[in-house]
Amino acid sequence: MRLVLRGHEPRWLAPVLVLLAAVITFVLTAGPIRAAGASPVAAYQRYLLTPLTSFRSFSEVLLASTPLLFTGLAVALAFRTGFFNIGAEGQFLAGAVAATWVGIGVPDLPGPVAIPLVIAAGALAGALWVAIPAVLRVRYGIDEVVTTLLLNPVALLVVQGLLNGPWRNPVSQFPESAEIGSGFIFPTVIPGTRVHLGFVLAIGLAVVVWLVVGRTGTGLRMRAVGLAPTAARFNGVPVERTLLGTALASGAIAGIGGVSQVAGLQHQLTGEISPGFGYTGIVVATLAALTPIGVILVSLLLATIQVGAESASRVLQLPPQMGQVVTATFLLVTVGILVLRRYRIRIRRPSRTSEVPS
Amino acid sequence: MIGLADLATATLVGATPLLFAATGEVITERAGILNLGIEGTMYAGAFTGFLVAANTGSPWLGLGAAVIAGMLAGALMGLLSVTLGVNQHVAGIGITLLLIAASDFANRLLFSGGSLTQIDKFGLLFPDTPVLSQYLLTYLGFLVVVPAAAWMLWRSGFGLRVRAVGENPEATDAAGVPVARTRYAALILGAALMAVGGAFITLAMVGTFTLNIIGGRGWVAIALVIFGRWRVVPAMLGALLFAGVDALQLQLAITEAFAAVPRELLIATPYLVVIVALALSGRNVAYPGAYLKPYRRT
Amino acid sequence: MSDGSPVVELLGIRKSFGDLVVNDGVDLALVTGEVHALLGENGAGKTTLMRILYGLTRPDAGTIRIAGSPVEISSPRVAIASGIGMVTQHFSLVSTMTVTENLVLSSVGLGPVDLEAARAQVRATADRLGVPIDPDAKVGSLSIGEQQRVEILKALSHECRVLIMDEPTAVLVPQDVELLFATIRRLTDEGLGVLFISHKLHEVTAISHRVSVLRRGRIVDTVAAAGIEPRELATLMVGTPTVGVTRADRGSFVGSQNAEPGPASLEINDLTVARRGARPALDSISLVVRPGEIVGLAGVSGNGQRPLVDVLSGMTRPTSGSVRVRGTDVTGATPHAILAAGLGRIPEDRHGSIVADLSVEQNLVLEDIEAFRRGPFLDRRRIRAHARDVIERFDIKAAPGDPVGALSGGNMQKVLLARVLVRDPTAIVVAQPTRGLDVGAAGYVHRQLLERRRLGAGILLVSEDLEELLALADRLLVIFDGRIVGGLPTAEATPERLGLLMSGEAA
Repeated sequence: MRLVLRGHEPRWLAPVLVLLAAVITFVLTAGPIRAAGASPVAAYQRYLLTPLTSFRSFSEVLLASTPLLFTGLAVALAFRTGFFNIGAEGQFLAGAVAATWVGIGVPDLPGPVAIPLVIAAGALAGALWVAIPAVLRVRYGIDEVVTTLLLNPVALLVVQGLLNGPWRNPVSQFPESAEIGSGFIFPTVIPGTRVHLGFVLAIGLAVVVWLVVGRTGTGLRMRAVGLAPTAARFNGVPVERTLLGTALASGAIAGIGGVSQVAGLQHQLTGEISPGFGYTGIVVATLAALTPIGVILVSLLLATIQVGAESASRVLQLPPQMGQVVTATFLLVTVGILVLRRYRIRIRRPSRTSEVPS
Repeated sequence: MIGLADLATATLVGATPLLFAATGEVITERAGILNLGIEGTMYAGAFTGFLVAANTGSPWLGLGAAVIAGMLAGALMGLLSVTLGVNQHVAGIGITLLLIAASDFANRLLFSGGSLTQIDKFGLLFPDTPVLSQYLLTYLGFLVVVPAAAWMLWRSGFGLRVRAVGENPEATDAAGVPVARTRYAALILGAALMAVGGAFITLAMVGTFTLNIIGGRGWVAIALVIFGRWRVVPAMLGALLFAGVDALQLQLAITEAFAAVPRELLIATPYLVVIVALALSGRNVAYPGAYLKPYRRT
Repeated sequence: MSDGSPVVELLGIRKSFGDLVVNDGVDLALVTGEVHALLGENGAGKTTLMRILYGLTRPDAGTIRIAGSPVEISSPRVAIASGIGMVTQHFSLVSTMTVTENLVLSSVGLGPVDLEAARAQVRATADRLGVPIDPDAKVGSLSIGEQQRVEILKALSHECRVLIMDEPTAVLVPQDVELLFATIRRLTDEGLGVLFISHKLHEVTAISHRVSVLRRGRIVDTVAAAGIEPRELATLMVGTPTVGVTRADRGSFVGSQNAEPGPASLEINDLTVARRGARPALDSISLVVRPGEIVGLAGVSGNGQRPLVDVLSGMTRPTSGSVRVRGTDVTGATPHAILAAGLGRIPEDRHGSIVADLSVEQNLVLEDIEAFRRGPFLDRRRIRAHARDVIERFDIKAAPGDPVGALSGGNMQKVLLARVLVRDPTAIVVAQPTRGLDVGAAGYVHRQLLERRRLGAGILLVSEDLEELLALADRLLVIFDGRIVGGLPTAEATPERLGLLMSGEAA
């Protein structure tokens, strides 16, 4: 059996393959779910449907999708241009640190000043955090996968260093910062829920990215660089500048994600501000085929599974980590099966025996 | 006063998981594959080792189970990155997320999450001798695995094939070496070593399994591989350096005079050193030639 | 030297790719101890023939006999087992490994390697070749000539009776060519047969015993090399122009040649591109293309055409010298600035100049995105209209939204051509514009270039196709080894004179 290059890809192929991936994911995860004493069908009902059936849980889905929207968008934008930013996690944390720094540094600023300021600070911090790998890639051709990755633990150490040191809560002595000034706190956008300005901001950014990538000259240049850098350069596209700009924009978006989590939800910095949102962003962007619309849909899907996993944990006694297992399995099955878009399986014919002279 | 013997002991213990993981990653990357599944593979090794040891009472059986788990993780990475040619970073991150989630799921299910189940740990060799009082796995790592891996890579036919497929798969294929099979073998062997590194933490250092038990040691190993320029012995020295700094800062924290030095800064050092080293060597970093590139015969 | 018995015989080998017949019933015999040269222009079918013999390509028809008995060579393994070795232009070496490691790679198992024995074997084989090779040197640190010797060693490390060498001198400096020839003579003295592929006439006459000339997939003659004149070979190799746009057709495109005073369309002065550890890729090239003139740059591939087009395209910075387009200095300028100066570029590598996964309409505006903006956004309606217009004007068989990569070679070339021509360039550099195109598409491209000449553009036409050059160019320059070695009006150009210049004979 071997893979053979496919000439033309039928339009129906990709959706069918994704559906197939969903079925395979279900089959693969059914065993462990059963082992946990739950019915796989009931579990998937919880994961995919229950969160959407009540207003309250749906609002929790929107809330849970917010950080994924930012990191997914950041990764999708960068990957689209051929900058493999594995460091959205670190950029997210950098944004969170910057938000906290501003928020506890000048706590008395009024909202109309404070909110733009904190967003700008987070964007800047995220962009700065990706700047070193971006410059190394553009100027010296140093692969960005490892450099962006390695800055993730460094960012986490910065967070922990600050929380164990200067920002340690003076009252509780816990490794968590003081609360940020009230002017910095993102207002809720749906009364009676926890859905905050960050969600609207993320959707707005997705629209902006969609417009920029799909409708502007800059976007066309970015796509050309991502698809064929040599040909792009030949056509007068400033490849280095495009890569650098995209990398910085990607870092800035991830940084705003960190701001949103601090200013919108936690109102302080903690060591657990990100349970791997940056890494999940890679999952989101990949499953979204690097499109902004896809990022919105996939973020909502993963957030639904996450909220559903918590409810499954309460109702079915199914450990909530099953949600992440389902997500990661779906990712791996999907990327694996989508290879069939470019290749098709051919069963190798038995080769004729060849005659060799002695 | 800093106890030098204690420092040396702690350094050797702390370096052991890094040593196994980094050696595994060196072998994998020499074959041209960046396995970002390392963090998850170590995690799965730590959990599987703990699980089997807790149920059988034997840390050795636990270690065996961890090896098998690692080999499976390596085979999965092979299926995705070698057979299917998926982006290596996406496949690796996906495997890490999957294995961490799956281990946490099973831990929650079997040990009700906050497992305080203590297992029979590996015993220490030479328990009363300072510094030499270490686990057998530490001795094996430094005295057997590292020399054996170095010998394998540079003096055996298998190692020759591994380095060749990682550098120039087309030429290697033309020489009649099976590229895919060699890459699978390197991935499976490498991932087994990563899993042993993870299992060492549960089976020797800690004696139980806790959430986030690997704590980014896989990423440290990735850094050490580059720091060691894809060589086993320099990567080992890097592991010693890192573990030494880590042990030192724990000791420093006890002594009043150095309490102000943030330990996080010290822990961040290896990552920063690698990035600075990459920046300084510029275009001259000798990545394996086929790094991140899937191979398919045209 | 030779006992006259053929060690390899190729009988009636046929191979076609689609409609293109590459080998059309080739018969060739190689006897022990001889150097048999296979001479022909690019695209004559030499490399395909050798790939068939080495098991890399399967023939459609024909037989291969080794030492008299027919063998089906289905893979390089079979070829090696049959005693055939090959040294290609692109070395199959692992550059970070040592010479010894490279040599044992194909024969090692999984266990311990006896490197000491392997080293001794390397030394012994090197002695046989009469060239010193350090068995422990990293291949990547060796010169190109030394790497080629390692390739030869590799081929000889199996029991090898026939050695195929595909343009072995193309990459070598003269001293290394001498060494290579000495090596080849030693090997043939031992009874090895060597198939030597080349298009360098003086080398062929210097090293080979017999020469077979391949043209359009057929062997036109096999002659003894002793005493033959290079110009006779040149005539055999080039043949007589027959089809395509002829010089007579050019009459209908009579332009205002040299009528305009003022700056040249394209002026290149002392252009040099240095290479590390090798002769310069371009060595003080100077040339002028006037408005309304087509200057043909003839030459065998690999003599500096590609670096020259790369410099003119803005993809490579020259080491020294200058490039002017209509008087504007664009030396070392970005592709963007070069485009703005009015130079249109059509390079030979289509995939390096077009984004295959973007659509036709997007590729058509990529060079000039700013012109298609409306406010911050791209004016998609205008882009679509532009594409429709271009598709109709240039008769491209595609829809505006089709990815360019899905187009046929001819239509892809039309997109490239159209993209350049719609900007009314004052100067055009075009390389191998009809390679791989069918006759209809090629004629179309030729007519478009002549039309531009009539409108006053200066065109530098880089081609290895002599027919094309003779049909289109007003005058010809010949590039050899990175230098312009001669120039002449097309009317005075005969295949013989060109062949001599192109092979560096008459420099």
